[in-house]
Amino acid sequence: MKAETNLEKLFNQGEFVVTAELGPPQSVSIKLIEDKANFIRGYADAVNITDNQTAVVRMSSLAASIIAKENGLEPILQMTCRDRNRIAMQSDIIGSAALGIANVLCLSGDHQTLGNHPGTKNVFDIDSIQLVSMLKNMRDKAIFQNNEPIKYPPKLFIGAAANPFADPFEYRVIRLAKKIKAGADFIQTQSIFDLERFSRWMEDVRRMGLHQQVFIMAGVTPLKSYKAACFMTNVAGVTIPEEILERMKNANDQKAEGVKICLEIIEKIKKIKGVRGLHIMAVMWEDIVPLLVKESGLYPRPKIM
Amino acid sequence: MIIAKRKPIKDILKMIDKDKKILLVGCGTCVTVCSAGGEKEVGILSKLIKIAFRKEGKSIKIIERTIKRQCEKEFVEKIRKEIISCDFVLSMGCGIGVQTIAGMFEDISVYPALDTSFDGMPEEQGVWVELCSCCGNCILDKTGGICPITRCAKSLLNGPCGGSQEGICEVGKDSPCAWQLIYDRLKKQGKLDNLIEIEPIRDWSASKSGGVRKIVREDLKL
Repeated sequence: MKAETNLEKLFNQGEFVVTAELGPPQSVSIKLIEDKANFIRGYADAVNITDNQTAVVRMSSLAASIIAKENGLEPILQMTCRDRNRIAMQSDIIGSAALGIANVLCLSGDHQTLGNHPGTKNVFDIDSIQLVSMLKNMRDKAIFQNNEPIKYPPKLFIGAAANPFADPFEYRVIRLAKKIKAGADFIQTQSIFDLERFSRWMEDVRRMGLHQQVFIMAGVTPLKSYKAACFMTNVAGVTIPEEILERMKNANDQKAEGVKICLEIIEKIKKIKGVRGLHIMAVMWEDIVPLLVKESGLYPRPKIM
Repeated sequence: MIIAKRKPIKDILKMIDKDKKILLVGCGTCVTVCSAGGEKEVGILSKLIKIAFRKEGKSIKIIERTIKRQCEKEFVEKIRKEIISCDFVLSMGCGIGVQTIAGMFEDISVYPALDTSFDGMPEEQGVWVELCSCCGNCILDKTGGICPITRCAKSLLNGPCGGSQEGICEVGKDSPCAWQLIYDRLKKQGKLDNLIEIEPIRDWSASKSGGVRKIVREDLKL
C-alpha cells in the first residue's frame, strides 16, 4: 500500500469504486461544503475537491479538502499546474499529506483565459505528467524535485486525468501510458457521453495492457437541463453527441431525462472490461449523487476489509 | 523577428504635451518589415498627431527620422543632434529601441509608440504569428521543429492536454493546438517514438525566470 486511503484499499480489494466531485464555494461558506458533503457521504468512496475549476476563483482545494474530511468524506485533492510552480506544489503536497490528505489528482488546469480572471498570468512551470512524476519521487524516493532528501516523505495515492474525447485520438492512449510510466496510481476520465469513442479508447487501453497497470475510473456527468448540456459542450475537453442533446431538448422532464441518460451510460460503462470504477461529476447538482449510485446498483458502498 | 503594433492614437496623444518639439524615430529593421514602425509608419503617425493637435487648436513640431536599427548605439549616434534638440523622443522602434535611446540620453524622455508583441514571422500578408519565447534552452529537435513552449497555451512538454479538439486549442478558434501540429509532423516523419518518452521537468533558469539575462563572449570583447 502506498497511502492506505479508502480509495487505494477498495481498489486493492477489487471493488468497483465510486468517487464524486465537490466544487468548493466562491466564498468562505463552510456550510456550502457541509451541505454538499451531507448529500454525498456514504454514496462515494472518495470525493474530488476541485482546484479553481474552469479557472474560476474558489476556496482553495486544500482548505475545502480539510473541511470535507472533517465532514466525513475522503478527499481527493485536485492540483492544477496553472496556478502554482514546483515550490508551491511541493509545499502544498507536504502540507496536505501532513493533514492526512493523501489522494491527489494531477491536472494541467483549464486555461485562465476561459475563467473569471482572464487577465492573469499563468504558471505552467511543470506539466501534469511531470507533476505525477514529481509526487512519485517525493513518495517513493523521499526526494524533492531538486533531489534533496525529505526526512519524512508524504504518503500519496497519485491520480491523473485522461480525456479520450480530446485529439489526436490515437495519441490519447500514448498519453495515458506516459502518465502510468510517470507514476499514476489511478486515472479518472473526462465525462463520457460518447460511449462508442470511449469503448474504442478502452480497446486500445486493453491492447496495451494499461488497465492492468493503473485503476481506471470512468467519468460521468448527469445533465440537469438542455441549457446545462449546451453549457457543457463549451467546457474545455467535453463533447456531447447530437443525439443526447436532442433527447435533452425534447424531454418533457429534462432533469429526469438527464438522470436516465446518465444511468444508461453507467450501465454500459460497468460492462466495459478494464473499468475499475465510476467518477461522478455532478456539477452544481451534488444532491443527485445518491440517486445515481442507488439506481445503478452501486449502493451500499463496500466496506474496507 | 520582433513583431510589434502601434499603440492606439489616443494612448500616444496622452504621452504628448502641446507646444513641444518631438523627434519621431522609426526603425529600419524588424518593425519596418512588420509594418509597425518603419519610415512609412513614421510618416503616417506624424500626420495623425498633427491632425489631432490641429483639431484642438494646439501646435506641435515633429521631426521625422528613421534609422537602420534603434537597438544599436552606432545607428542612434547618427541622430544625436536631432535627439538633443527635441523636447522628447517618440520611438517607433520595439522596446529594445526605446531603451537603447533612453540609455544613451539620460536627460531626454523617450516614449514608446508601439507595443512590442512577440518574436515571430509573417504567416501571410497582414498576419503575424508568435514562434519563439527566447527560453534560452531550445528543444525544437525533439518536437518536430514546432515550439510547444511558445505555441502551446500552457507550454506543455509532454503532449496535448484534454482541451485539444480537432486541431484547435481550448483558448480559441484562432489557435491551432501546437501538440496536434507536432503529432502530425512527427507521424509523417515516422518519429512518433519521440512522444513516448517523458520530457523531464525543465530548468527554466536560462529563461526570463532565471532573472535578467546577459550573454558575454570573451572571445569577441575588445
